[in-house]
Amino acid sequence: MIVALIFWAFAALAVAGGIAVFVVNSMARATYALAVSFVAVGAMIVMLHLDYIGVITILMMLMEMAIMAVFMVMFMGMNPALMPMDMTHHKRRSVILAVVVFAVLVVAIFLIPWPARTGTPAADLTRSLGDAIMGTKMLVMLAISPVLFATIVAGLVLANPRGRYDRYGDQLDRRTTDGHPDPDDPVRGGIGR
Amino acid sequence: MTLQFVLLVAAALFAIGIYGALSQQVVVMVMMGIELMINGVLLAGGALWWFLAPTPDGQTLLLVILAAMTVEMAMGFAVATVVHRSRNSDMTDSATDLAG
Amino acid sequence: MSSPAAGGAVGAVVLLPLGVAVLALAVASVNGAVNARAEGGAVRDGFAAPVRETARLIRQQRRTLPGADSLLWRIAGAGLGIAAVLQVVVIPFGDVTFADLPVGLVWFNAIDVLLWALWWLLGWGANSTWSLVGGYRFLAQALSYEIPLMFALTAPAIGAGSLRLLDIQAAQQSVWFVVWMPVSFLIYVASVVAFSSWGPFQSAVGVDIGQGVLAELSGIDRLLVLGGRYAVLVAGAAFSVPLFFGGGSGPLLPGGIWVVVKTAVVLAGMLAVGRMVPTIRPDRLAEIAWVIVVPLVLVQLAVVAVIVAVNGGAL
Repeated sequence: MIVALIFWAFAALAVAGGIAVFVVNSMARATYALAVSFVAVGAMIVMLHLDYIGVITILMMLMEMAIMAVFMVMFMGMNPALMPMDMTHHKRRSVILAVVVFAVLVVAIFLIPWPARTGTPAADLTRSLGDAIMGTKMLVMLAISPVLFATIVAGLVLANPRGRYDRYGDQLDRRTTDGHPDPDDPVRGGIGR
Repeated sequence: MTLQFVLLVAAALFAIGIYGALSQQVVVMVMMGIELMINGVLLAGGALWWFLAPTPDGQTLLLVILAAMTVEMAMGFAVATVVHRSRNSDMTDSATDLAG
Repeated sequence: MSSPAAGGAVGAVVLLPLGVAVLALAVASVNGAVNARAEGGAVRDGFAAPVRETARLIRQQRRTLPGADSLLWRIAGAGLGIAAVLQVVVIPFGDVTFADLPVGLVWFNAIDVLLWALWWLLGWGANSTWSLVGGYRFLAQALSYEIPLMFALTAPAIGAGSLRLLDIQAAQQSVWFVVWMPVSFLIYVASVVAFSSWGPFQSAVGVDIGQGVLAELSGIDRLLVLGGRYAVLVAGAAFSVPLFFGGGSGPLLPGGIWVVVKTAVVLAGMLAVGRMVPTIRPDRLAEIAWVIVVPLVLVQLAVVAVIVAVNGGAL
């Protein structure tokens, strides 16, 4: 009973947070409303006995939202709270489509004859996940890792404003008189490269 | 706390996400919509795992969803940065020429 | 609800916050005393300074700038102390633990990421430029320390083969992890100081930007943040005990006391070393963290993994 109530509370929090993202008119509040929604979902996932996945979801999403807020402020360049304006388009069509999708999903959820439960959960689910990704399901992780690595590289290539030719000009081995590298950086890094 | 109830919550999150991804003009807000959609998928995955087939394989699938989320965020920010740098704008409407 | 569980809940709600607050006050007092000594004042005055400051802030009326996002600001201010308690709640005191999470280590990591949000919101909510600069400084610093911290936390988990703190503590029966994971430990401690915005990592509240995040805080809000800073420092130090110092193991005294004693020793070390190192700028820290510290911690992890594989478990 108590478990069910807690679960309901998290469910309400997740949905309310999700709605708030597109209702509030402050960048920070929108971002952290989404963070609240994610934390609630993470908590629900923990209640579905997926401790590791749930906590890792909370961890990842809090981090992402902290960074996302920075990007929001950086790109918006103004404060919608001070200058209210509507940053939306096709609002009507979007609402209709969202409602239709929701209706279809609800119908599906209640009409599909869900199969009976098969298999039993392992005693230590976190360990069983570890065994799976280091054993039979290793290929999945092996496939993900190059994708993630490619993402890092591609992200850097896209976002990095200055390559080494911008930093050193034509002479990549440019040195100061005392033999240190001499890049044309606005701010030098911590180890003087 | 039944399968149907959890799936209902997931569907609601997914629908809100669709609304956000379609209606917002700011790239970062569009990304928030997409995040909410993946959020719903993650929750639905967790529910289907626990109520239908609680084997280790399903947990791996959830890890894949998390990884997809990460890639979405990283590439989204990178592209948003490039668009912002080259056009001084972060609105999707000013980048319609990127459509294929 | 059975009575031991109820007793545990009462302990978690009353005892832990109280303990964290007392230790936080102690650290602040010792820090104040050392400050007073350095400035040539009376040590006793410095020791009492945090108490006096608390009394002053409780009576001070709090002020808010126009346009401040008070909701987020206040949530963030109160959140620091709560985050500290949430971290401490999973720590085993000997064999007793208030919340025996199977993924206690990841829980700690999740809460320390919560601090990213809290510090940035503190900077954002005030609607003051210097505060926001402080918030950004913290995030820039966080990007540098978080990856090494995550790898550093992995080492005890590999050593024990578990994310549960009771298992990690039990795996150190013969040799403490700090002995064969010194790099991890140092990175961990540095990160704790960094997520508390204290010592050499205090650029988010630096005097060069008018105390940054703290600039606009007043009254009870300021008290909560100043106290919360020391509280997360205490929580981080306490968490290092089950991770690196064998938890509650020790002669004569009960486990719970040993945890507190070891926490105090770690805090003293942080205080002593932290005061000797100059403030590190976040933009410099980024390169140091990613080019020097990350490879170091990866080597540490490799060493730990090889030892565990050869030995068939922890040393």
